[in-house]
Amino acid sequence: MFTPLYKYGYFGLEISFVIAFIIGLLFGFVLERAGFSSSRKLAGQFYLRDNTVLKVMFTAIVVAMVGLLYLNWAEIFDITRLYLNPTYLWPQFVGGLIMGTGFVIGGYCPGTSLVASAIGKIDAMFYVLGSLLGMLIYGEVYPLFQEFSVSGAMGQVTLSDWLHLRPGLIAFFIILFALGMFWGADLLEKKFAHEEGAS
Amino acid sequence: MESESQKYWSPYAAGVALGLILLLTFVLMGRGLGASGAMMRTVTWAVDTVSPAHVDSNPYFSKYAGGDKNPLSNWLVFEVIGVFFGGLLSGMLAKRMRLQVEHGPRITDKGRLVLALTGGAIMGFGARLALGCTSGQALTGGATMAVGSWIFMLTMFAAAFGVAWLFRKQWI
Repeated sequence: MFTPLYKYGYFGLEISFVIAFIIGLLFGFVLERAGFSSSRKLAGQFYLRDNTVLKVMFTAIVVAMVGLLYLNWAEIFDITRLYLNPTYLWPQFVGGLIMGTGFVIGGYCPGTSLVASAIGKIDAMFYVLGSLLGMLIYGEVYPLFQEFSVSGAMGQVTLSDWLHLRPGLIAFFIILFALGMFWGADLLEKKFAHEEGAS
Repeated sequence: MESESQKYWSPYAAGVALGLILLLTFVLMGRGLGASGAMMRTVTWAVDTVSPAHVDSNPYFSKYAGGDKNPLSNWLVFEVIGVFFGGLLSGMLAKRMRLQVEHGPRITDKGRLVLALTGGAIMGFGARLALGCTSGQALTGGATMAVGSWIFMLTMFAAAFGVAWLFRKQWI
């Protein structure tokens, strides 16, 4: 195994920053091409009129997840050297609820707001300003719920560790879940297109 | 005559491209993508510029700065600068560059801007509590099967679908 390259010492911090910029370029380019520079398209997801968000996100998750499992199986990628988000059950549960609400109100998420700002969306620029403000407020009031912010700590745990099922099996269920969603999403889009065409 | 902007990619094609970029990031760096972390560092940098003493005395800001730590010397910061220019490049090539406020037909520009600012603030706050946003938690954490990231993703979509009706006038 020789990847992740950075963790195996193939290049240093400075090169990693150059790579960061290039990866960012690709990431931003694809987000814009997917239509994520449009708040109406993003928010349309929550009215089931446009399911691009779910389709793009779950396709990407499945591709990256299957790729990881394959590269690890082929002994190219050392999965133990991959950073895994630690789980803090309660702040992530509540943080998700807050972000879902903010998504519908604001019409973007942090990454997409930058892409939309870049192509001239003024609402996205206000959103970016708002999110910087929200983060400033979080920093200021952090001492009040410092304890809550680390509650339900479970460490760096995967669904596979947690459910005691093999990663391949979890991946299989995630793929089934994604395919089911794609199928439902296409049905709904046809239904709405038909209704709007008829009216 | 105004030239017509290009169409968006098919969501599945964009999803495959995004998945491959994420996989490439894993293979090169051993970490995933993000966005809100870099914004937090920008905020910390601003606070640190105005009042370094305040950063040192605050338990949250001092995670990112304080002493001789530079909050902007970070992988995510460079990645996010790239995200901005990547979006710009795509928008220019697709002829989608236009100053505008985007919203549904039943709300004014001003109303939309107030909601954009408010929603941004709510999400900025939530992203720090959840230790990441759609990129760092849902996308990256989802692909690496992190338990907390899946919980985050499910509650985020549940809340969004739950409150959508209340804000329908902004969008549809």
